[in-house]
Amino acid sequence: MFHRESGYYKTTYKADMALFRLPIGKVAIGAIAVIFFVIFPLIFDEYYLSIVNIAAIAVIGALGLNILLGYTGQISIGHAAFMSVGAYTAANMAVHFDWPFWLTVPAGGCMAALIGVFVGMPSLRVKGLYLAIATLAAQFIIEWVLNHTPVISGGIQASIPMPRPVIFGETLETQAELYFFILPVTAVAIIATLNLVRSRIGRAFIAIRDQDIAAEIIGINVYRYKLLAFAISSFYAGVCGVMYTYYFGIANYEAFQLPISIDYLAMVIIGGLGSVLGSIFGAVFVTLLPIAIRTFMETVGVFFVDGVYLAQVIAQMRLILFGGLIILFLVVEPDGLAKLWQNIRNYFRIWPFSY
Amino acid sequence: MRHLKVGLLTASVLAAAALQVGTASAGEIVVGLQCDRTGPTQTVGTFLCPGYHDYVKLKNSQGGINGHTVRVMEIDHEYKVPPGMEAYQRFKKEGAVIVAIYGTPHTQALTPLLHEDKIPGTSPGFGSAAAANGTKFPYLFPIAATYWSQGAAAVAFAKEKLGGVIKGKKIAYIYYDNPAGREPIPILHKLAKMEDFELKEFAIPPPGVEMKVQVQDIARRYRADFVINHTFGKAPSVSINEFTRNGYPLSKMVGFVWAAGESNIMGAGGWDKAQGYYVMQFAGAGSDYKVLDEIKALYKSEGKSTPKEMASTVYYNRGLLTAAIHLKAIENAVKAKGGSDKISGTDVKNGFEQISDFTLGGILPPVKITKEDHEGGGWVRIFQVKGQGFVPVTDWMRGYRDVVTKMVQEGH
Repeated sequence: MFHRESGYYKTTYKADMALFRLPIGKVAIGAIAVIFFVIFPLIFDEYYLSIVNIAAIAVIGALGLNILLGYTGQISIGHAAFMSVGAYTAANMAVHFDWPFWLTVPAGGCMAALIGVFVGMPSLRVKGLYLAIATLAAQFIIEWVLNHTPVISGGIQASIPMPRPVIFGETLETQAELYFFILPVTAVAIIATLNLVRSRIGRAFIAIRDQDIAAEIIGINVYRYKLLAFAISSFYAGVCGVMYTYYFGIANYEAFQLPISIDYLAMVIIGGLGSVLGSIFGAVFVTLLPIAIRTFMETVGVFFVDGVYLAQVIAQMRLILFGGLIILFLVVEPDGLAKLWQNIRNYFRIWPFSY
Repeated sequence: MRHLKVGLLTASVLAAAALQVGTASAGEIVVGLQCDRTGPTQTVGTFLCPGYHDYVKLKNSQGGINGHTVRVMEIDHEYKVPPGMEAYQRFKKEGAVIVAIYGTPHTQALTPLLHEDKIPGTSPGFGSAAAANGTKFPYLFPIAATYWSQGAAAVAFAKEKLGGVIKGKKIAYIYYDNPAGREPIPILHKLAKMEDFELKEFAIPPPGVEMKVQVQDIARRYRADFVINHTFGKAPSVSINEFTRNGYPLSKMVGFVWAAGESNIMGAGGWDKAQGYYVMQFAGAGSDYKVLDEIKALYKSEGKSTPKEMASTVYYNRGLLTAAIHLKAIENAVKAKGGSDKISGTDVKNGFEQISDFTLGGILPPVKITKEDHEGGGWVRIFQVKGQGFVPVTDWMRGYRDVVTKMVQEGH
């Protein structure tokens, strides 16, 4: 007999905790894995793979910020600074001690987590905008320290050339090779986050976000979990910074300044706070949109503007369209792209009926 | 649902557009140009990049390079590194034979890729001074005076202005506190030791709009005999005003190349406020050059007015310098291939290394790029603010070339 589900209902705690809420989830994950690990590298050339690489690295950072901002409700404007901590840690380890990537990646993450806990301490006393300023201070302090400590940052240029990652004696150089280096790390980050947010820790985070006093009353050690959130978030940022460093081939704090922190805030807000899928959407959106707009303008713009002015128009229009589209998407769905995606799914789940 | 449809439609149009990426067509030579028209250095990029485009346009209108048209592909990266990497991959896909890099972090990130892909990249005024070493960095071409050359030239100029004796004199070095700002410090120290003058550094923290204390210190307490000013962005304008306020004559100060634009003078309140200020240029300032007249004539013949970016001669002319050297390198490469447009990055690299005494009517220094020296000689020219513009006070010059060359060879 042909029948359709009318919705999605949870009747047990186990169902509520499930990683795949519907059986189709497993199939979908498998399909996505095949698309990313098999089909993309086969059909895409270096250029498109480079875009996927940049987006995949951004996803790691966005996941980290979403754990802190979206799940625990603690704002941070110093996310890029933690990336630079990871970047310089890994670069120093790789250059001075010849550490391979499977040691530098966690080392960068751990160092960032350590600094993150320290920076997160004000969160025990202040909230909201006050915490934003405290983390902003961290951004400036870390930048200053890297700028003025040649021991850490490697001399007057404050930059350390990073050797390319090596797997089984094979140096990863091309975009396709780096793709298979970056994507698994991103995949692990996504799976880890999915599991984290459905676990005891994730639920504690959500409880703190929704009402910290109530969370304390039901027995959650708010201080511990807030610092834990900072640590985990900074760990992700650190790993993201290490991946950037391997990708750029250089650790340089100028690539991790305040505007980058703001970019990451934009990613998680556009993507959807408190949603793993939202972090992915947000990171991909913020990375791809300028590229898409530019290519769009290159195709369409030639009919309106001529010659040498086109470049100027493209650059300016990109900013205007980027801002405009962010406003449009947030007006259409204030909860971000993840909610938009949810709406699409809900619409088709009960189609052709409207509810 | 209507909103949803609008959103989906927008997204799909953008996605479709993103897939429309073309490649080089026959008889066409592609060059990649990174630019920052919307980021923190937009005051430079919006004038520099049009200069590049206009020169290429002029060359193309004169028959291109051996009949081949040059197509400039510009990508604006907002001075952010990931978009800069994406831009590079796009250039590579389009078959670019040269990449004009814009930005110091970008230069550092792209250096290994340039060597792997064998595409020459240029970084005039960006990147590290050690990159002038062509043996160590075969595919990276600073093509203009690096900060070390600028520092050495500044000391030589100070010596000249102090009557030929710098021994025992007090030189103040005021700089923007970032890696680029600190880069000339080693060579200044070396020269201080060599020439036996006193050197004191004064750092200005970013964003460089507050420097009362440092300037007061230089003018009143330290009483410097000469000031070397290495600032960026808004800082040069502020420094001009602060020095004037403290009664320090601007004719005892020389600004590095990024403190030397029309916009810096305008930011200080106009030409009248900056009379006597010395600036260093790696491309000629002003508009009395034949090539600029040719570009104006080209626009006139098209029935258009002169591009307004030309008014900012310093940055515009630098864009022109980059384009001129690029096209010269391509021309050399095409010649070496017997007029074919099938040139590779390596051909163009060799083309760069054949450039010698190419001045383009005085707007360029006597550039001479060799296999060892990718800086092109490290020439600068000092101009002074006089009346309503920059007036040259020296010929193309360089200072302590042997010291700079030795440092470049040692690589630190």
